[in-house]
Amino acid sequence: MPTTPIKNEPVKIGYYICHCGTNIASVIDVDAVAKYISKLPNVVVSRNYKYMCSDPGQKLIEDDIAKYQLNRIVVAACSPLLHETTFRNATRKGGLNPFYFQMVNVREHNAWVHSDREQATRKAIELSRAAVERVSLHKPLEIRKLPINPNVLIVGGGIAGIHAALVLANAGKHVYLVEREPTIGGHMAKFDKTFPTLDCAACVLTPKMAAVGKHPNITLWTYSDVVKVDGYVGNYKVTVRRRPRYVIEELCTGCLECIDACIYKEPKFSDEFNLGLGKRKPVYIPFAQAIPSIATIDANTCIELKTGKCKKTCVDACGDRKAIDFKQKEELKEITVGAVIITTGFKTFDARRILYYGYGVYPNVITSLEAERLLNAAGPTSGEFLTRDGRKPKQIAIIHCVGSRDENTNKWCSRVCCLYSLKLAHLIHERTEAEVFNFYIDMRTPGKSMEEFYNRVAEEGVNFVRGRVADIYPDPSDGSTGHLVVQAEDTLLGKILKVPVDMVVLSVGLEPDPASENIRKMFNLSCGSEGWFLERHPKLAPVSSFNEGIFIAGCCQGPKDIPDTVAQAGAAAAEAFSIIDLGNIEIEPNTAYIIESECSGCKSCIPLCPYSAISFDTEKHKSVINEALCKGCGTCVAACPSGSIVQNLFEDEEIISEINGLLEPIEVK
Amino acid sequence: MAKPKIAIYWCSSCGGCEEAVVDLAEDILDLVQKIDIVLWPVAMDFKKKDVESMSDKSIVATLLNGAIRTSEQEEMVHMLRRKSVYMIAYGACSHLGGIPSLANQFSREQILKFVYEDGPSDVNPEKTRPLPSYVDNGRDLTLPKFRNVVRSLDQVVDVDYYIPGCPPTPEITKNAIGALLEGKLPPKGTVLAPDIALCDECPRKESKPTDLSFTEFWRPHQKEIDTEKCLLAQGIICMGPATRAGCGALCTKGNMPCSGCFGPTSRVRDQGAKILSSICSNIAPKEDEQIDKVLAKIPDPVGTFYRYGLAHSILRRKVSLPTNGE
Amino acid sequence: MENENKNKSGNGNWSPRIVAFFCNWCTYTAADLAGVSRMKYAPNTRIIRLMCSGRVDPQFILEALARGADGVLIGGCHPGDCHYVEGNYKCLRRFRMLKRMLVDMGIEDKRVRLEWISAAEGEKVKRVVNEMVAEIQELGPLGIPKKFEEWDKEIEDLKHEIENKEKEEVAKQ
Repeated sequence: MPTTPIKNEPVKIGYYICHCGTNIASVIDVDAVAKYISKLPNVVVSRNYKYMCSDPGQKLIEDDIAKYQLNRIVVAACSPLLHETTFRNATRKGGLNPFYFQMVNVREHNAWVHSDREQATRKAIELSRAAVERVSLHKPLEIRKLPINPNVLIVGGGIAGIHAALVLANAGKHVYLVEREPTIGGHMAKFDKTFPTLDCAACVLTPKMAAVGKHPNITLWTYSDVVKVDGYVGNYKVTVRRRPRYVIEELCTGCLECIDACIYKEPKFSDEFNLGLGKRKPVYIPFAQAIPSIATIDANTCIELKTGKCKKTCVDACGDRKAIDFKQKEELKEITVGAVIITTGFKTFDARRILYYGYGVYPNVITSLEAERLLNAAGPTSGEFLTRDGRKPKQIAIIHCVGSRDENTNKWCSRVCCLYSLKLAHLIHERTEAEVFNFYIDMRTPGKSMEEFYNRVAEEGVNFVRGRVADIYPDPSDGSTGHLVVQAEDTLLGKILKVPVDMVVLSVGLEPDPASENIRKMFNLSCGSEGWFLERHPKLAPVSSFNEGIFIAGCCQGPKDIPDTVAQAGAAAAEAFSIIDLGNIEIEPNTAYIIESECSGCKSCIPLCPYSAISFDTEKHKSVINEALCKGCGTCVAACPSGSIVQNLFEDEEIISEINGLLEPIEVK
Repeated sequence: MAKPKIAIYWCSSCGGCEEAVVDLAEDILDLVQKIDIVLWPVAMDFKKKDVESMSDKSIVATLLNGAIRTSEQEEMVHMLRRKSVYMIAYGACSHLGGIPSLANQFSREQILKFVYEDGPSDVNPEKTRPLPSYVDNGRDLTLPKFRNVVRSLDQVVDVDYYIPGCPPTPEITKNAIGALLEGKLPPKGTVLAPDIALCDECPRKESKPTDLSFTEFWRPHQKEIDTEKCLLAQGIICMGPATRAGCGALCTKGNMPCSGCFGPTSRVRDQGAKILSSICSNIAPKEDEQIDKVLAKIPDPVGTFYRYGLAHSILRRKVSLPTNGE
Repeated sequence: MENENKNKSGNGNWSPRIVAFFCNWCTYTAADLAGVSRMKYAPNTRIIRLMCSGRVDPQFILEALARGADGVLIGGCHPGDCHYVEGNYKCLRRFRMLKRMLVDMGIEDKRVRLEWISAAEGEKVKRVVNEMVAEIQELGPLGIPKKFEEWDKEIEDLKHEIENKEKEEVAKQ
């Protein structure tokens, strides 16, 4: 138990300003700040030190507490979001309650954003004075501990979700993996080969998919969506909607007989998995190695489901297995989990948005993802790379940065396109012996073996043209739209090129998936203006969200390749594991409480609480806050009309003393 | 033994507080036997000089009602402060500035112009205004100075206790005087009323729902008011949640909303800001335009939320007004 | 560097003082990001960290103004993105009323500002602060503490006169 000062003991403050090497001290006159603060009432020690977060820096605090009987500590350094815990611990080690501490942000909010030394120093003084005034009012608090549910929810069954699920399941934790499509696998399942090793995507992915499918610790719900999220870290209550696939999962063996028997003799409907390049029947399995290997009946195309007037040949074919159930209804599953990993992936750029590339107008302009399917032996053309009119292409253009690095569409570099474009160039050249032209802005091939891969493809005879393509139009000598001309300025040669081609592959960039916006809202994730989910810290917490116990991995956080996605997924799994394995979690004690004798029972606060933590005690006729449910936003405190609710760590008086400390004339005392 | 001396004085007030003392009814006789009233201009014929001649601190308590706006009032309260052991702000005006302090939204010039020139009942073609001094037949006549700012008593002199209300109820007055006579006084600066909001004693309290979300507001005359149901639940702005209890919920029992005369609880520095925060947090819409539409039905926020306390609010006065007489 | 040195121009050496209340999850973090990205902006704001913009009690805004702030900036998460679901809406509702009231009390509209700034929008922190500093620079000081002093001058003379008289009386005796 940390000792606490005896009541009415005079406040004795130790103040420390950190140089942070030269990060702070080069802009702020730390000597002057420490000197000024030393003259404030109740300040016993005021120092500046090179690195407060270092061991000697922390030791300085501990020693001063002992030497000067300090009972309050203020450290002016970096953001509290970075080092508040460090200094609270130092305060605790010195024998004080860790909440007798206040941190001042003079780096991110001061030294790093200002260059006028005088102004920055003045600001540091005012911010420090506010903290000194505030800390005098601090009260000793206890860190709360809450029990943790050991299960984990993973939203999204692409390679990130699959990898994270396996890591956790192998460690003995139970995982719910929720995927909106009928199968897991995500984008990776659609790729042919992967750069730079050119190993086949399916060969590395499908064993992992199968492992998920049969893992005893994984509950796999495909064709399902998260619809509701409540609760808090350690205790998230999540509702998952399982859409009806009209096939009873437990009974289906994946024998495909129903598909053969379907009243539609030939596949007739656009096949989503093949991006509409192929056809499927109303009853289908997206691809051969789909997991779960269970048929799905599409309600929009199935005659029985649309009209109720089908002969139901599929049911006959299924026979005694009785796996087909046209009366299946959607099902809501409620689960409790301790942690959540969001791996909802990305969407490829819609090439229609760049009109002059003619995607959707000229049939032989295709996207890179379509090219993957055409190259894939399991794809709609069984791996034959042909034009739409069935010709073997002789000249092909691959255009980089479609929907990337473009002021008019997306400003960011999608990071994978240069490399997959090289891979496509290699594969297409290999399969068709066509002459391939890659039009690029800059060739970006960082990372292990990537530049070597670029060199290899170049040596294979692929043509590289440095220049953004300005126009694609039908070859006027041809008359049909089958042959195209790609016009671009070769910026290395400084001349306009017009290259006749049979096909154009648009290397579309990666975008946040608008469909995951819903997920973002439910899990309360932050995002940047582009829409990528925001990590808590770009370097030190790359897979944490701002919500305790919710992690992000893969392309929902930003464009990245498969190895990086898998690395993040593993990291997220480890982070989730470190929370759920502990059995309980420590919570910041910034909860609010109602002073019973002061509450008039006006009920103004009750509707304001988003967590229903406030209720009305009908015997005492007063409102009460359930501390276990309170998350410490302080909204009720601000709205209590009689000032009868107090928020720990953010008491009215503490904040007002801070305001006062900021604004008093600087020439004080 | 000499009876304790009490002074009762008024400044910018309506006289209601004087009535409130009389409202003590037969209790006043009791009181008169226990105390010696040395100044009470409304009821008794003592003069200023009578009090001036008394030695300092010879009066146990002055109950002073009314806000402070003129130099004469200042002179009187300074004098009474000197003569009294306890200076007690009696009633909302001396406690918080009261209704007169709503004048802090206007400049001195605006007020004089309205009163002497633009008022609907004015007949003053010469636009004559009272002058601070005037010589008539060699006699120098003076008027007190009319200040730019209306003040609560404690903004002029040191105040020991506050008896809230517009006016204070007989009950609260009796208790306060009782405590004074028995010497059972709380720490200096205390408001002598319960430190809890009015809802605590409001008979309508139970009828307030726990999921109240405002979509419309009404002023009391715009609606037939349910006599049992919480007024806020009927969309009528009631200051009860942000106002001290102690009156026995007189207004809400009389089918009128609380207008806030007892002032805030001790935890609240600015009554208006707090009721604003509480009510506005609970309105239904989320978009600027819809929010504004609902709030438009509170046409005069200052007059509604600071009816009795503008002088004592954080800002005190419309800050853009001039300080000199212009 | 833009704007950073502008604050000294005009109005002598005066430069606005702005108190900012930023929510922990979005705007405070955005200000951290602005720092990490070394964006330079006007040094006039002093940020107070609250967990949620819903914690912003209108009393804090009034106190800040009354104690000498020339402006108050509130920063919260974008609508729909509040870490605490809807705290920012509660802040917004109060803010709409408070702004009206402040205008009635003679405080210019531009002095108190509410902005939704997500944790990724370091650039917006910079922009909003610079804009606000420029706007308030234009308006000039609010100077409420000084006003309080000026207002109370009218009662000081009499007070001193009375005090002196008393002293004289004491001296006579």
